Amino acid sequence: MDVMSQLQRQWLEHSAFLRKEGYLDDQFEQLQKLQDESSPDFVIEVVSIFFDDSEKLLSNMARALEQKVVDFKQVDAHVHQFKGSSASIGAMRVKNVCIEFRNYCEAQNLEECLRCTRKLQFEYSVLKNQLEYLFRLEQQIRAAGG
Amino acid sequence: MGMATDAQFHVLAVDDSNIDRKLIEMLLKTSSFQVTAVDSVSKALDFLGFHEDEHNETITPSVSPNDHHQDVDVNLIITDYCMPGMTGYDLLRKIKESESLKDIPVVIMSSDNIPSRINRCLEEGAEEFFLKPVQLSDVNKLKPHLLKCRAKESQPNINNRNGLEERHSPDRTITSYGGLEVV
Repeated sequence: MDVMSQLQRQWLEHSAFLRKEGYLDDQFEQLQKLQDESSPDFVIEVVSIFFDDSEKLLSNMARALEQKVVDFKQVDAHVHQFKGSSASIGAMRVKNVCIEFRNYCEAQNLEECLRCTRKLQFEYSVLKNQLEYLFRLEQQIRAAGG
Repeated sequence: MGMATDAQFHVLAVDDSNIDRKLIEMLLKTSSFQVTAVDSVSKALDFLGFHEDEHNETITPSVSPNDHHQDVDVNLIITDYCMPGMTGYDLLRKIKESESLKDIPVVIMSSDNIPSRINRCLEEGAEEFFLKPVQLSDVNKLKPHLLKCRAKESQPNINNRNGLEERHSPDRTITSYGGLEVV
């Protein structure tokens, strides 16, 4: 099998894996469908914005939870935003942790909120690695003439 | 100032989320709309040339410094509901209360599925309410609203707007505010 076919197969397998394991849902596919010759980097651009926004939100959440008197409404506002952005790119696992997290914000349960932050950090990091791998494959495919 | 009937529709998109703004921009461009995207209601109002006293009919049109008219042709406004500062609902109300802007169709987007919120927006005059993430199939629902407005503009004898609302002035002629046509 030539290099191109190998890369393409890897890409397909990795995409299928991400869907099957629930990292990504249909919405990610919708983004891919919107990408075309006039916007060939659309998905990478959107995901890059997602990475930037996510890191800010995670940092804001952590800081809000460190306060002597925690403002759970503020924490919830950050989680709500994160839930929205993860839903927009199809980051299903991240979105689901956000949903759980919001319940604990409403209950003002600090311990569970802290646990959720850690879980969110973890899911986000894993997703980021997975997507970066996918994009590297895409770059290689393009470089090989695809 | 006449526009050809097949000229591109211009949509003003309002969303404070960077991702959602990029997404809605792409969805609209894919559907051949011209797009302007802003991140707040106040920027949207600035872009529309909105001024508080627009619904006050006592402005004299000559030398008043507040004599601004709608500077741009916007055919539809699509806005997120939840935003810091003024919300999409606030924007909707201001648009519908403005003499020069009230005929621009407004669509609301929200990541929260709250029936009372949806009803409130529709009652206030929103044409559609889209749940996020917005899909291409949602955006495809917009053209009929725009074509309907455009068709009405080319028929100045229509007395009312689909018989839905009572108007003070029964003649629905092409609105000209300071020389600009509202399409």
